[in-house]
Amino acid sequence: MRDLMPDMPNRLEISGLAIERKGRVLLDVPRLSLDGPGPTLILGPNGAGKSLLLRCLHGLIQADRGRVLQDGLDLTADHKARQAMVFQQPVLLRRSVAANLDFVLKRKRLGRSARKARIADLLAEGGLDGKARQSARSLSGGEAQRLAILRALALDPETLFLDEPTSALDPSATQAIEAMILRASDRGVRIVMVTHDVGQARRLAADIVMMQGGRVVEHGAARQVLEAPKCQASRQYLAGWLVT
Amino acid sequence: MQNFASEFSRAAQLVLTGDPDLWAIVVLSLQVSVCAVLISAVIGMPVGAALAVARFPGRRALIILMNALMGFPPVVVGLLVYLMLSRSGPLGVLELLYTPTAMIIAQTVLVTPIIAALTRQVVELLAEEYSEQLRSLGVSRLASVPTLLWDARLALVTALLAGFGRAIAEVGAVIIVGGNINHVTRVMTTTIALETSKGNLALALALGAILIGIAVAVNAMVSALTLRAEQEGLRHA
Repeated sequence: MRDLMPDMPNRLEISGLAIERKGRVLLDVPRLSLDGPGPTLILGPNGAGKSLLLRCLHGLIQADRGRVLQDGLDLTADHKARQAMVFQQPVLLRRSVAANLDFVLKRKRLGRSARKARIADLLAEGGLDGKARQSARSLSGGEAQRLAILRALALDPETLFLDEPTSALDPSATQAIEAMILRASDRGVRIVMVTHDVGQARRLAADIVMMQGGRVVEHGAARQVLEAPKCQASRQYLAGWLVT
Repeated sequence: MQNFASEFSRAAQLVLTGDPDLWAIVVLSLQVSVCAVLISAVIGMPVGAALAVARFPGRRALIILMNALMGFPPVVVGLLVYLMLSRSGPLGVLELLYTPTAMIIAQTVLVTPIIAALTRQVVELLAEEYSEQLRSLGVSRLASVPTLLWDARLALVTALLAGFGRAIAEVGAVIIVGGNINHVTRVMTTTIALETSKGNLALALALGAILIGIAVAVNAMVSALTLRAEQEGLRHA
């Protein structure tokens, strides 16, 4: 796996990003910069625009207005190739566990022996050793999500986007996935992750983006946002109010 | 009643003793239909998959046309292929009329829309599921076609078997373009029609039993594969 230097530039910025449908604002983010070390967690209620923001950052959705910048430049195919994304419901190919990883490694044009070695490393990393030949569709929810993360990591991404990867998992499966995310972050992969779970934000986040109604209501260091939120929406959400 | 009983008994004898004429007809039928299905698969699967993932003006009309072609009357297909291959037709110079090749062409025309339409349906459902993930991995729409075809392989075998079922049971088109010539273009369905009209029920019954056996075997395979596809989550219903 590629180790990034801690001071290597990997700054994601948003400038004037907006998406509207039928007169309703789905996303309106005038400015946002993600450049600190450690995982960024995007928190907020349903419909806050968290997943939409993640898809815009990854270039899966084209906003009506605004720009997504990587290190000061508009997002290009080359930038996207250095990003990966894991979805809330893991989308696994109808193949074996190893073949799911091989699919990505083949795209990186690695030779057969290099791919085999890399698959073994990745399976060990995700605790899926011994399941290489098993059908990916027969994995448990936690295993399937771990495989989806491993497949994303097989791309050697500079940035890994995760859209509520643990929302349907039990505490032990969640713990295993959080450990994988932290290890990736320690290796220098920029993590940008959406979650509903305030506890998860406490465990993982270096900085937190709070969203509500398609807008970023607060962005700051995790400790500051969690312990002394500046805006009322953040305070209500973190206090467990039923914010909509 | 007694006559029927003796015809059934003779039919069973023909099957069990391995009558060379009967089995020659069965083998030719299988050769023609398997060839037609393979050619249809080579044409129909990529076309169906491309229609599933590509977006262009007129796509919806093309899908409606393809679905309509699934129900095209075989005798009309036979007539059109006959006109193309007849001596005065555009392909008359190839002298294919009344040959097994002409029968393969007719069955290919009949089966290709079935395989293409079923492929489109299966691949479109899978493409919906895979779309964001494949784009995230940097796979373009058209480059995703081989991946989708491979991952839909179980359901696509079902499409092939459905096409084979249509081809092997077909009589109208092959009798027009094949001519039902003994030892040349006589297949199971055309022989059944001819021998029944001649009163030779034993051969017709023997072929009928084999045809039913093939149909049952094909349907059993379709059911088994559909079940496996459902278990693997290929079907979304």
